[in-house]
Amino acid sequence: MAMAQDVIAREPARPIVRIENVLRNGACVVLLAILAVLIVMPLYALLSQSLEDADKHFIGLGNFVRYADNPGLVQSVYNSLFVSIAVTAITVPLAFGYAYALTRSCIPAKAIFKGIALLPILAPSLLPAISLTYMFGNQGFMRGLLGGHSIHGPIGIIMAQVFHCFPFGVLIIGTALGISDGRLYEVAQTFSTPKWRVFWTITLPAVRYGLISACFVIFTTAIVDFGIAKVIGGSYNVLAIEIYKQIIGQQNFQMGAVIGVLLLLPALLTFFIERYVNKRQMSQLTARAVLYQPKPHRLFDATMLAFVVVVALCILGVNAVAVFASFFKLWPYDLSFSLDSYDFAAFDPGGWSSYWNSIIMASGAALFGTVLTFGGAYLVEKSPIPASLRGLLHILAMIPIAVPGIVLGLGYVFFFNDPANPLGFLYYTMTILVMCSIAHYYTIPHLTALTALKQVDKEFEAVSQSLGVPFWVTLRRVTIPISVPVILDVATYIFVNAMTTVAAVIFIYSPQNKLASIAVIAMEDTGDTGAACAMAMMILYTSVAVKVVQIGLSKLLFPKLQLWRHPDAS
Amino acid sequence: MIDKIAQRFGGAMLALAFVLLAGPVLAQSPPVTLVAYTSLQKEILAPYEAAFRKVHPEIQIAWVRDAGGVIHSRLLAERANPRVDIIFGLPVTDIVGLYKEGLIEPYAPKGYEKLKPRFRDARDPPVWTGLEMYLNVICFNTVEAQKRNLPRPTRWADLANPVYRGQITMPSPAMSNTGYGYIHSWMQGMGESAAWDFLDRLHQNVAVYTSSSATPCKYASTGEYAIGLSTDLTGPMMKTKGAPIDLIVPTDKTAWDVESIALPKGSKHPEAAKLMLDWAVTPEASQTFNKYYGIVGIPGLNNGPPNSIPDGDTLAADYSVEWSIDNRDRLIAEWFKRYNAKSEPKGN
Repeated sequence: MAMAQDVIAREPARPIVRIENVLRNGACVVLLAILAVLIVMPLYALLSQSLEDADKHFIGLGNFVRYADNPGLVQSVYNSLFVSIAVTAITVPLAFGYAYALTRSCIPAKAIFKGIALLPILAPSLLPAISLTYMFGNQGFMRGLLGGHSIHGPIGIIMAQVFHCFPFGVLIIGTALGISDGRLYEVAQTFSTPKWRVFWTITLPAVRYGLISACFVIFTTAIVDFGIAKVIGGSYNVLAIEIYKQIIGQQNFQMGAVIGVLLLLPALLTFFIERYVNKRQMSQLTARAVLYQPKPHRLFDATMLAFVVVVALCILGVNAVAVFASFFKLWPYDLSFSLDSYDFAAFDPGGWSSYWNSIIMASGAALFGTVLTFGGAYLVEKSPIPASLRGLLHILAMIPIAVPGIVLGLGYVFFFNDPANPLGFLYYTMTILVMCSIAHYYTIPHLTALTALKQVDKEFEAVSQSLGVPFWVTLRRVTIPISVPVILDVATYIFVNAMTTVAAVIFIYSPQNKLASIAVIAMEDTGDTGAACAMAMMILYTSVAVKVVQIGLSKLLFPKLQLWRHPDAS
Repeated sequence: MIDKIAQRFGGAMLALAFVLLAGPVLAQSPPVTLVAYTSLQKEILAPYEAAFRKVHPEIQIAWVRDAGGVIHSRLLAERANPRVDIIFGLPVTDIVGLYKEGLIEPYAPKGYEKLKPRFRDARDPPVWTGLEMYLNVICFNTVEAQKRNLPRPTRWADLANPVYRGQITMPSPAMSNTGYGYIHSWMQGMGESAAWDFLDRLHQNVAVYTSSSATPCKYASTGEYAIGLSTDLTGPMMKTKGAPIDLIVPTDKTAWDVESIALPKGSKHPEAAKLMLDWAVTPEASQTFNKYYGIVGIPGLNNGPPNSIPDGDTLAADYSVEWSIDNRDRLIAEWFKRYNAKSEPKGN
């Protein structure tokens, strides 16, 4: 940096352009190399086994043929598609409505409602499944509402998935709706354009990219998720469960790899849809834009408030059931109040060290993950790097969400534990857990950052460049300040997810760096629900605390960094 | 006489010299940390380590605990560069599977013959050494049974009675070792064609095939489903917590597995690992286990935890473990074909 500034001082204009290009392309190559190690090579180490038999001989597509011959397995493809489409169709409109209310209406307590919407990410994904069993199971107090259908099946999976995926929708669509040019709406108002037309011609096109991202994220999350299907799915076979049956139940890595490959298909498909949409996406926040400020409108605000309150109550209700349930002595037979579940003495000896390990791991993942994902999104969106590099970066970033944790984790074993791998020393360390968690949760931060950056006009870069200002100055003075809320969002997202991650790290943790989330599963496994509950609550409290710090920071930094948005104030 | 004295004296001198020379060497033998992979419940680990280290203070144990299937898969995935020093408490079925993959080093602990026959491997030297034995049991919710008018099953065949439709849950043999235990024990007990016939009818009654062997008993404990086919590891624990369940072993005896200790190939500290194997066959080891498990390796110990099944050995069915291992892939494939396509769980 210092050297670069020297150069700037001595020789303006042209050499800077050259340095800029070298720096940008260099950064791009470094990032690609990192992603190759974090994502591509481990995945290849496992997924390539889909073309091998048990003795590592290449057999072409034989495993896929065997797969297609098994009616049970084919049924699971159909079931997975059904569940994921249903979850997407329910969650996206709900999340859109919610995000719309938060950004485009004047309802009170927006920060609180936003916080409630994000609650499902903060708790382990097991929680909605357990709560729904208590509510709608055969002993549940609301089972009548299901009209004789069982919660242990597609209904339960869909309900729990909607709960689990809702925050992703709000996060991504909210980011898209949050930045928009108020002048367009003023013009529309001047011409008395009808409200529905404004919505249809201004609002929707502007957030098209965010909507598509949200659909993709929710669909893939639903199809890949294993924990919910395991707890509440009954015997309903979905692909994620089939992977588990093959790998954990029968140690058939080849067949597990086949299903892993199949699960990558939706991600590839969306990648191409997205590229198509992308070409037609226009930037919302031009350099002359005036940030849209919602104006009070009694009827509209009241409707929006009613909607948000109903959704928020549902989310709180599901959480509340889990909290209440933990106070019952023995649900459903002895409902007297008891603190037995919070008997911390039942903790296993490694309990607290696992907790601190999780904190260290999640912080590391949040720090490095944010730098990587935001940097990557910046390079993809804001840099004149060669199109091939750009496309490659983007598709690598999109892969992880389509990879079940168990596939990624096993891939890490095969890749990093290979005696021939010079990076083998990382195996059994905390670093590899951080790496694996970043890889596992890479996609959503990438998409969130990308959605935010897309809405910042390219004109900022163009003007800077023509004035001879190097890109890192524009990045530091304009792009990063504008993006502070998103950067904090991304860091928090990675942190809370790393706190609850299980499937990806279950194969690679060592005795010295066991994690709290794994301890929860182990304790639940051995029937020690009390201690499991206590540890899960520690995770939840920590994540809530981090979230509160994030909101505080945003409040503190936002006004200063965003002065430009409110010209009157400056 | 003098010779004898000299001999004795010499012997004593030799012993003294040995102690003087070797003593410090032994005492200074560097501390070793064994990485142990286990699927046992976590409660047993710390007490067992403490009891073991009273005899071998120089050996520390670093535990990696997970479900049996996860440990089995992890051992296979790490085979290129093994990280494990000792396998502690994995079902025999899994260990023999690993042995056939070439991942186990046979070893006969000193005093192996003192263990009960079911805790010993027929191979010489043995591949595995039994630590404790669990039984497959029925968790039967008495409150719900009364409410729903369900008779108490006494033989396995009773479970095919249509009165139990939608009331039974059991672990899937495709996911759980216990689930497979049910299948092969019925095959060996009833004969294959009669067993498939029974399974066809049982399938009509099963509401959910679960992925873990503990879940069916947890369902039975909360009355979610009245009857859960599970193990006597989960059952007594739930009953002690106050769940209204009875633990039933049908009169035609039940499936079991012996969770065992074994020496993995590529152990970084094979000598220390062998000391751990040697200690595992001592009465002290069995006594430590008996506080948490009903059936242990040394005969005559019967001090299991509350609600465990006394003299569980006598309820274990006689069958061939080797047969169950050799036929595993075939039986699971057939089970998969017959029942895995079922998608909608049956309501009550």
